Amino acid sequence: MSATEITAGVPTEITAGVPAAPRASRDPAVRLTFPRIMRSEWIKLYSLRSTRWSLLVTLVLTIGLGGLAALARESHPRGVLDPLSTSLTGVQFAILSVGVLGVLLISGEYSTGMIRSTMSAVPKRLPVLWSKLGVYAAVELVILLPAVFAAFFVGQAILSGKHLNIALSTPGVPRAVVGAALFLTLGGLFAMALGAILRNAAGAISAYVAIMFVIPSLLGLLPSSISNAIAPYLPAKAGGAIMDITHKANTLSPWAGLAVLSAWTAALIAIAAVQLRRRDV
Amino acid sequence: MHAGGRRFDPVWLHCNRHVESAALGGARTPSLTASRVPRARVSSERMSSVGRFIRSLIWGPADRPRINPRCSFSLLSSEKALFSNQRISVIEVSHLTKRYGEKLAVNDMTFTVRPGVVTGFLGPNGAGKSTTMRLILGLDRPTSGAATISGRPYQEFSAPLQEVGALLEARSVHTGRSAYNHLLAMAQTHGIPRARVREVISMVGLDAVAQQRAGGFSLGMGQRLGIAAALLGDPEVIMLDEPTNGLDPEGIHWIRDLLRRMAAEGRTVFLSSHLMSEMSLTAEHLVIVGRGRVLRDMPLEDFVAEWSRNVVRVISPQASELRSAILAPDVRVTASSPSVLDVEGLSSQQVGEAAARIGAVLHELIPQKTSLEEAFMQLTQEESEYRADRVETPDAEFELERVAA
Repeated sequence: MSATEITAGVPTEITAGVPAAPRASRDPAVRLTFPRIMRSEWIKLYSLRSTRWSLLVTLVLTIGLGGLAALARESHPRGVLDPLSTSLTGVQFAILSVGVLGVLLISGEYSTGMIRSTMSAVPKRLPVLWSKLGVYAAVELVILLPAVFAAFFVGQAILSGKHLNIALSTPGVPRAVVGAALFLTLGGLFAMALGAILRNAAGAISAYVAIMFVIPSLLGLLPSSISNAIAPYLPAKAGGAIMDITHKANTLSPWAGLAVLSAWTAALIAIAAVQLRRRDV
Repeated sequence: MHAGGRRFDPVWLHCNRHVESAALGGARTPSLTASRVPRARVSSERMSSVGRFIRSLIWGPADRPRINPRCSFSLLSSEKALFSNQRISVIEVSHLTKRYGEKLAVNDMTFTVRPGVVTGFLGPNGAGKSTTMRLILGLDRPTSGAATISGRPYQEFSAPLQEVGALLEARSVHTGRSAYNHLLAMAQTHGIPRARVREVISMVGLDAVAQQRAGGFSLGMGQRLGIAAALLGDPEVIMLDEPTNGLDPEGIHWIRDLLRRMAAEGRTVFLSSHLMSEMSLTAEHLVIVGRGRVLRDMPLEDFVAEWSRNVVRVISPQASELRSAILAPDVRVTASSPSVLDVEGLSSQQVGEAAARIGAVLHELIPQKTSLEEAFMQLTQEESEYRADRVETPDAEFELERVAA
């Protein structure tokens, strides 16, 4: 070692020996509360441009595709599709966009490092998960309830020109339309829980697409005795039953189906909660 | 000591943070019974069992403390006068260990970060500094040991942002959100008013870009935003990981002044760096780590005293005569070339006088000290994980200093 010069300067401003200046007493009102954490998550949700775009896409898909399907009905003979499911065609696609948003709202925190800020503000962690799920569910319901009714009325208005329409007063129709919004919201929560477990957008979206779209179609490759027994309980198929107004073979009843999807979602959320408590951020 | 006297006892305040509002408010003197019962527990006792159940669902079960939460901290006699009638907070790290798979990132670290001084957390890359800070904040769970603030784990505070303000390594901000909304979202969790958000934005000089997406920020601006977030709750403890990374000289100067001012207010300031030169300008106390272990925990002054070897470099055409004239049992002389001697154990004055006695010509007589940076490198060399094979590089700083001398 060749000896070199200079000793880096020791601070000359000596703070020691001077009594510390008394500071103002703390405001006891400043503390964590659950409603405040919800408000924080609401700010986080609306302040991202991607949220607004994603919600817009969901709206366009839900209403627009239903309308397009109604327009396309002209050439088909009556009875192939019921008019209700025609106007709710968009729901089958919107389930993808609500899922992507659900995943991104949570995986975006991990990919950007925001999660470290979030969890150092709320070190108990769990209230953040509940708030994210709650705020996201509320926002989706507020957007989707009008959207599914709009899709229904737009679709029926187009179909009425062809005398194929169905009235909202038809038994089961109000339940199916409201159920479409519930189905989409639950799908979004399902995806959000996947995002919380996998913490990675690509992985969680792939898993979501696999569960919602790929596995149901792969089941068709199995012997029908097996696939018919399993298929009704898959999340997408079970949840979709809420939109049926005529009973289909190998399908759960509407509310039982929605309950099965809720159970899947609740199970994933429980896993996410346990993991959030245990794992490092 | 009776309860009234405790109001002005900083250690009592430190260890009984949960009753501090009563203690500091002055409206009523905390009675002994009141001081023993944390506020949170009082409120949960009033709650119905349904309310308690919902509360535990929302907030999760309480973390089981890993060490006795009784406060083990005591003030040094020199500190007692400084913190009279003053809240204080202390970071206590005890036998903290964190293992990631095979890798032992933090290995049985024990140290205390005291109030009123800037404590530097110094170590080469990969020494475990950032991990330790994450453990203190409860972001990572320790494998064993514990890190507490005022004797309690960070998770247990009802207003964590008022307790510790932290800037963590890398960015901890969503790139798609504006600086203002980022800070607002953090502030909202605690009910910190919007005025405070605007105040910290001004403090760090981000007013002009507060509404822009944080993703477009330069490294220095991102760092300022992180510092703003750390200041949001006006915290007792400020903990910054490599705060000067990417800051311009003006920013570095500003953060140094800010940290010293906060320490002078009796706060606990803890900042990490891998640069000794940086630390020597800001910190008064050093915790030096390498490979997850604490290597030194001492005041900067003591570190300087320990490591400054006093060497005098003499350049003389009569080096060999001079050498025999000054050789003594406690003097060590090394010759790096025929005319250059490095003398250890004598002051430059003594060497000069010895040269005069034998009539030797001196071309140069330079007192040298080991630089802190060098001492730090030497200390951490065996410990440093990413140590490159030693490459001899010309010491530019040394050359410059010689010219100046």
